[in-house]
Amino acid sequence: MELTGAEIVVRSLADEGVRHVFGYPGGAALHIYDALYKQDRVQHILARHEQGATHAADGYARATGLVGVVLVTSGPGVTNAVTGLATAHMDSIPMVLVAGQVPTHLIGDDAFQEVDTVGVTRPCVKHNFLVKDVADLAVTIKKAFFIASTGRPGPVVIDVPKDVTANSTKYSYPKSVKMRSYAPVRKGNRKQIKRAVELLLNAERPIIYTGGGVIQGGAEKELTKTVQALGYPCTNTLMGLGGFPASDPLFIGMLGMHGTYESNMAMYECDVMLAVGARFDDRVTGDLKKFSPTARIIHVDADPTSIGKNVRVEVPIVGEAKEVLADMNALIPDNGKRSNGEAIEKWWQRIKEWQGLKSLNYDRDSELIKPQFVIEKLFEVTGGDAFITSDVGQHQMWAAQFYHFDQPRRWINSGGLGTMGFGLPAAMGVQIAHPEATVACVTGEASVMMCIQELSTCKQYDLPIKIVNLNNRYMGMVRQWQEFFYDRRYSHSYMDALPDFVHLAESFGHTGICVEKPSEVEDALREMFGRKDQLVFMDFITDQTENVYPMIAAGAGHNEMHLQPLSDGKTPQAREVA
Amino acid sequence: MAALFSARGYNIESLTVAPTEDDTLSRMTIVTVGSDQIIEQITKQLNKLIDVVRVIDLTDGPHIERELLLAKVVAKDRSREEVKRLVDIFRGRIIDVTNTTYIIELTGPGDKLNAFVESLGEIQIMEVVRSGVSGIARGDKALRS
Ligand SMILES: Cc1ncc(C[n+]2csc(CCOP(=O)(O)OP(=O)(O)O)c2C)c(N)n1
Repeated sequence: MELTGAEIVVRSLADEGVRHVFGYPGGAALHIYDALYKQDRVQHILARHEQGATHAADGYARATGLVGVVLVTSGPGVTNAVTGLATAHMDSIPMVLVAGQVPTHLIGDDAFQEVDTVGVTRPCVKHNFLVKDVADLAVTIKKAFFIASTGRPGPVVIDVPKDVTANSTKYSYPKSVKMRSYAPVRKGNRKQIKRAVELLLNAERPIIYTGGGVIQGGAEKELTKTVQALGYPCTNTLMGLGGFPASDPLFIGMLGMHGTYESNMAMYECDVMLAVGARFDDRVTGDLKKFSPTARIIHVDADPTSIGKNVRVEVPIVGEAKEVLADMNALIPDNGKRSNGEAIEKWWQRIKEWQGLKSLNYDRDSELIKPQFVIEKLFEVTGGDAFITSDVGQHQMWAAQFYHFDQPRRWINSGGLGTMGFGLPAAMGVQIAHPEATVACVTGEASVMMCIQELSTCKQYDLPIKIVNLNNRYMGMVRQWQEFFYDRRYSHSYMDALPDFVHLAESFGHTGICVEKPSEVEDALREMFGRKDQLVFMDFITDQTENVYPMIAAGAGHNEMHLQPLSDGKTPQAREVA
Repeated sequence: MAALFSARGYNIESLTVAPTEDDTLSRMTIVTVGSDQIIEQITKQLNKLIDVVRVIDLTDGPHIERELLLAKVVAKDRSREEVKRLVDIFRGRIIDVTNTTYIIELTGPGDKLNAFVESLGEIQIMEVVRSGVSGIARGDKALRS
């Protein structure tokens, strides 16, 4: 049967198993939109901005493990989507973006709404294709899904000129594709895995440090087994939260710039480190010269370029976290007596001492709403069972610190690129994927403004997202850096002329509620989550001066943490530890 | 390729690319400098590009490097003879002549070409164009196998 290119795009998506596409129409994509109209296997969700569409597809992918799919038009459609592509790329999220393009004979002519899509997107995608012949369309789409979802996942762009969507050819969707230049490694090297296990079994001060690779690779069960079989402390990166249950006593919290004291100190003093699906990002390592000086490092990652990029690795293992951990588990003997038992006990004592410092403490008697308190209550009220999306800033860190994730894919935030505006559209994607689930977006008044137009999408598709706006009337994280490092010169970090968020939400057809007293927080949250079918925008007016602690300044070592100042008013710098 | 080098801050000394006997493949020779760790990263990053079939570091074993140089130089009076002599010593050829200029063609490893340019000394160079290095491993093994 002959189909047009546009019909092939839609049919291929359907045959690939895609049920939802997030997008925004325009001239070069109109044939494809017409094909969408004539079928009902693929549902299209109309965002209000292409950035919103890409973040929504991204949230959808993070919450499900499926490939998020985006459809945009050429030119501004593509440039608006670039932030969303880069966000997904930095966090290794599987995504396929189909972009309309000007007709092939106009490419290079500065035609109306022409942009060099392949050129513009190259540095922020895993791969991209320009399809010049309709005969290549179906197989290119298959390849795009294959590349996006395997190895280290990432976004793939398919640029489709308008004439290609108009031309016809015989359609058949390939069952699989083979590419001679792309063959991701799944299994780890057996010898290396044996060496790793030996090193771990003889460790005296071990730590297991895991990142987003465990979540994206669906390796949480295997990881939990590894950690529990060994009985070693486990810490997660911001992207790795939920990879190991936060309620397990072996979990010692997040690490990195705003990680717990115990995690960072354990990283600093460890003798053997097992890193899984993590990439030794600068927000995690701090000053590389002071990073884990005594550690012998085992690094498991699907992407060979992540290994040995920033730190020296003694046992590199290229492979998927799930496969490698399963192979390791088979070599770890059951909890019998171990030669290093005594050392491990001592190590745990040391960690308990660090935990005794209670680095996540905050002032619980304040007259003002403390943002940490809101998140603690959010955790309580939702029973820890919500999908939490977030934006970027202090609120993001507090959400990561105070909402305890026992399951993967529940904590959804832009870790690598740090994209303000991510939270609300990402929550839409999560809610579309899981219509019955509780989805909350923890945001700040600056971040939420960056994609606020998506409230309209939420109305159109009846998405009952709960927005927890920690409103400190500041770009809080920027203000915090200015307080610490720029002598309190608050240059342009004040959010002047904020909207009335209650009315703003109402004008989009949602419910808005403002909360100003700590005593009202819990009831307000209960009311919000009681309104199951409504989007509720809850504006919490919080303490403007609150800072995120602990904090390792950019470029400092893990042993140089600032902790929350005491009530004696000493500055954080004066309380530098160790 | 070039974008990858600039995005990651790697040096690129030269890059040559041309089709091969297999019309679905092109072959590139990239000359770069860096510590072992950087070279390892570059190799991995290149391998990661979806369209790259294979990457080898030619300097891991015996290999041959060749580069083509074309130079337009002023050749008048006494310097005419001198240039010709130098070209002969370096086994180059003069491939275009006017009353006042020569165009010289020379192939060899990069350092031979450098030496030639240096030896021109006082002679006025109007233009030099170099192809960048192409390389191939010695022996009976081929990149494709
Ligand atoms: C698109 C974008 N622009 C700028 C920044 C830099 N930035 C990081 S945090 C932040 C302030 C965020 O303020 P708000 O959303 O109110 O959160 P808060 O820190 O107050 O919780 C800014 C401007 C960013 N991360 N993303």
